[in-house]
Amino acid sequence: MDFPKELKYTKDHEWVRIDGDVAWVGITDFAQSELGDIVFVEIDTEGEELDIEEVFGSVEAVKTVSDLFMPVSGEILELNSKIEESPELVNTDPYGEGWMIKIKLSDTSELDSLLSADAYKEVIGA
Amino acid sequence: MKKTALTGVHEELGARMVPFAGYYMPLQYEGVTAEHHTVRNGVGVFDVSHMGEFVVSGEQAEAFLQKVTSNDVSKLTDGKVQYSCLPNEDGGIVDDLLVYRLSGTEYMLVVNASNISKDWDWLQQHNSFGVTLKDRSDEISLLAVQGPKATEALQSLTNIDLSSMKYYTFEKGTFAGVEDVIVSATGYTGSGGFEIYFENKHAEKVWKAVFEAGAPQDIKPIGLGARDTLRMEKGFCLYGNDIDDTTSPIEAGLGWITKFSKDFINKDELLAQKERGTDKRLVGFEMIDRGIPRQSYTIQNEKGETIGRVTSGTQSPTLGKAIGMGYINPDLAKPGSIIYIEVRNKSLKAEVVTLPFVK
Repeated sequence: MDFPKELKYTKDHEWVRIDGDVAWVGITDFAQSELGDIVFVEIDTEGEELDIEEVFGSVEAVKTVSDLFMPVSGEILELNSKIEESPELVNTDPYGEGWMIKIKLSDTSELDSLLSADAYKEVIGA
Repeated sequence: MKKTALTGVHEELGARMVPFAGYYMPLQYEGVTAEHHTVRNGVGVFDVSHMGEFVVSGEQAEAFLQKVTSNDVSKLTDGKVQYSCLPNEDGGIVDDLLVYRLSGTEYMLVVNASNISKDWDWLQQHNSFGVTLKDRSDEISLLAVQGPKATEALQSLTNIDLSSMKYYTFEKGTFAGVEDVIVSATGYTGSGGFEIYFENKHAEKVWKAVFEAGAPQDIKPIGLGARDTLRMEKGFCLYGNDIDDTTSPIEAGLGWITKFSKDFINKDELLAQKERGTDKRLVGFEMIDRGIPRQSYTIQNEKGETIGRVTSGTQSPTLGKAIGMGYINPDLAKPGSIIYIEVRNKSLKAEVVTLPFVK
């Protein structure tokens, strides 16, 4: 299982790719593997301003459904429209084409609370 | 947690193992969707050794089974199988099961793993017929080899002519070099195939032989995840979801296995239900709005009033749509009726359809 070093992680199994005051968010390789085949991702919070740990959407797999949580506070600038048509991208390429939202950070100090790849691996016992 | 004789094999194959009905079972190997398509289009193997097997024997075996099961056991001849249920005394179902007629005085009952001890107690309690009951659940392994290529995958392993076997019949024969194996043309997938019963000590040998013989058909192991999506597409009830101690066979659409031409437990109440109708009825529905119905979600009418509950739901890999089953009051149970499923605080539109979802 792959956990790129350049990303930050949360205990809720999201990853964050930070670029200045903008961040891309998705779910980890571990999360997609635990969920199994993902059949759709529902996010209807585009344009909204959400706080850290608020629910921004949900991901439905064949066997189960799971909430998606904001890793940091911010405004949701964009959704990945590709995963609407092809939700399986979250399974096959969780850190690339399977990204979920792009957000504008409202408090960059929150980034300190995110986990490194090594710290996340410890959380999941990898 | 109990294990089957093949638990080690599943672990070696890298299956995701989960507790199910007190057993440690494979949920999936490569993934539910891929495994589902393997069974619909090719052939796959399920280890369903957790299922329970009881043997009923004695002069009064048929009379006993007529009393405790809903279907008409007298219709069976040697080598035939019947789907049936055990009605309770309160209008519900103790379990659903398969009845195998081994001979006129000996039958095998195949019951759900989660209900083995409940069924056993129930049958003992109603055995005023002096029949002998034997619980062989812990001695027997069961492989379900399912899919349109099952016959060609397995034929080289047995002297039984598989292609001539009719649905819901079985034969005893040699299979993979093991004698006295029961090969049954039954299954829970609606894609054809066989269920194969043998003693635990042969399990690894039989498993290996099945995979060698089926290699040209690209046979694959299938987990319980795909077992659930496969049965749901065909509208087959799952005990604990769609039927239980509180749902009657009439409400569940199992009138076809409830025969009033004979006497059985709670016959009068079920007959009355059939004649006057029931307050709720199990239906199938397809989602119109995007969302996946899941067990225990609320079903509403147009006014937002609760009219029932979802008992099973999934994304159908064959149809590419979300499907579900649930009990609702009969006025909205007609195909074409619009109902609403409360999915995570949203009311999503769905349409009642005729079962099965996949013909």
